[in-house]
Amino acid sequence: MKLATRNKLTSAGILSVPVIWTLVFLFVPYAIIFTYSFYLKQFPTFVPAFQFGNYLLIFNDPQYLQVLLRTAKIALTVAVSALVLAYPLAYFLVFKVQSKKTRLILYMAVIVPLWVSYLLRAYTWKTILGSQGVLNSFLVMIGILEEPSDIFLYNQFSMVVTLTYIFVPFMVMPIYAALEKIPRNLVEASKDLGVGPFRTFLSVTLPLSTPGIVAGATFTYCLTFGDFIASFLVGGPNGLMVANVITSQFGAALNWPLGSALAIVMLVVVLIIISLSDRIERSGKLDLA
Amino acid sequence: MQPIVNVSSVTKSFPGGLVAVNNVDLQVNEGEFVTLLGPSGCGKSTILRMIAGFESPDSGSIFLAGDDVTELPPYRRDVNMVFQDYALFPHMNVRQNVGYGLRVTGVAKEEVSIKVDAALALVELSDKANNQPAQLSGGQRQRVSLARALVRNPKVLLLDEPLSALDANLRDAMQVELKHLHQKLGITFIMVTHDQTEALAMADRIVLMQDGTVAQSGTPAELYDRPATPYVARFIGKSNFVSGVIQATRADSVDVNVDGKILKVDYSGNNIQEGDYVSLCVRPEKSSLATKDSTKGKSNMLPGVVSEILFHGANVRVEVELNDNTPFFVDIQLQSNSHYETVPTIGEAVTVKIPTGNTLLFVTQTG
Repeated sequence: MKLATRNKLTSAGILSVPVIWTLVFLFVPYAIIFTYSFYLKQFPTFVPAFQFGNYLLIFNDPQYLQVLLRTAKIALTVAVSALVLAYPLAYFLVFKVQSKKTRLILYMAVIVPLWVSYLLRAYTWKTILGSQGVLNSFLVMIGILEEPSDIFLYNQFSMVVTLTYIFVPFMVMPIYAALEKIPRNLVEASKDLGVGPFRTFLSVTLPLSTPGIVAGATFTYCLTFGDFIASFLVGGPNGLMVANVITSQFGAALNWPLGSALAIVMLVVVLIIISLSDRIERSGKLDLA
Repeated sequence: MQPIVNVSSVTKSFPGGLVAVNNVDLQVNEGEFVTLLGPSGCGKSTILRMIAGFESPDSGSIFLAGDDVTELPPYRRDVNMVFQDYALFPHMNVRQNVGYGLRVTGVAKEEVSIKVDAALALVELSDKANNQPAQLSGGQRQRVSLARALVRNPKVLLLDEPLSALDANLRDAMQVELKHLHQKLGITFIMVTHDQTEALAMADRIVLMQDGTVAQSGTPAELYDRPATPYVARFIGKSNFVSGVIQATRADSVDVNVDGKILKVDYSGNNIQEGDYVSLCVRPEKSSLATKDSTKGKSNMLPGVVSEILFHGANVRVEVELNDNTPFFVDIQLQSNSHYETVPTIGEAVTVKIPTGNTLLFVTQTG
């Protein structure tokens, strides 16, 4: 056998497993869902068809549109909150913590919660924000509240708090990586050229860390957009997200076509976000080589 | 005249106890081209960074044009730095990089434009104004970095190993260019380098550092011809060291016993006496070779065997192993092709000349 043929066969052999895996467990299910999204609901189940009724329903029925918009709003709020929390932390870790050991410990403190069950972490906030929770007891104890309040839990606020807490590591990591990649002498060069610390941050550090911000925002936004457990645990009626509606369409409502159409809409939204962020990162001329 | 830069009794140590700079005094006059030279870790970069304001001294003061700037942050100091790896902002093009400091500190747009054009013309990069740094070669980035530092018209230009990242040919060209630039602008240059040839070629004055202190400061010729210590002699140029014992002293010369041979060396100091152990230092080009037979009756010669011959183009460097196993290098100038005939072969027995003048003498141990 010729060497070239043998090389081709070897690489085909190596590639076949992941390719087959991706095909069977990603593309085939997507294709099935995509097909379902054109099916027609007919009590008690649904029949094959090719029609856009499900999509039209999503964009015409205010109920679904509202859930989509709410999901987008919560995802955006979570992304922004996570950014506001993560950036100063990452900045502090990279530029202010002198000892490598301390930096590692603090960084790990941010990452470690990722190894704890998602469900458990979401549940924790239930015990913190609930009417018998830690926050209420504390506020009553120091006299700010007369009696426990239920305003902290089962609303969009508790959703945002919980999801921000859960996804903040995904914001810290890329920003930390981006800041760490900035050569220190660029900051020095800026100061050397007569520019004070604040303007140096705005003109050098911040622009050079945008790839991290964009990546972090994409992670947190997309993860939140597809989340359904937080809504389930701490959301309440006003915290319903697209993913919850989809679950119910495949479950209690038994409307797989509509659920599929919603899933496809969600997929498209996420793909748009990812390709946008990819484009921003590419256009930024942020080549630090 | 008041020095433009005055580093006064400055000490700086780093966490972990390393004393990078130990009680250093350094005065630089206006318009001077001073090179801080030394091996890595000798404190030369730390001094430069303290002048720039990136590090602050533990004790001592730094004056710029008479003003105490010890406590001033870098952005309030009238000096600019050319960084070792250029430190160009990757998210700005050449023009934006050069104009950055002016633009952000509120200089009017038209003025920035004029100054940036002038700076780019000075470093002959006007045609690259709209390129990104990543599109430039190493030498071009170096020029952008220079233009960016010079556009603010600093009192002192600090250069941190500016040529170390360039390849050999480009480095030679940039040496000349930097020197011209210095003459043209008339501002003070302080350059850090570990490369002695670079320092010798470029500087008005070399400050040679050793372990956080100044080993010797002077013109390149002074450091080369009259090194104060064996360290200086070793660092600047190539030196041969031969150890011996003082046999006799006179008003302007001494006799040194090296391995049984008596050598006469000019020396006019009075801090030397019979029995002192000394080290004789001879530059390879100030010595010469003779064949064993032609040595008879000649003085100040040491016998040895040729162990290696290195061809350098302009000269041949012959390594001779002396009788006590000390290596001794002698340069034979090749002024015409017939000089090749004077080059010995490996293994040949020869004698090396220790010149009476041009030989330096360091006391290693008093007798």
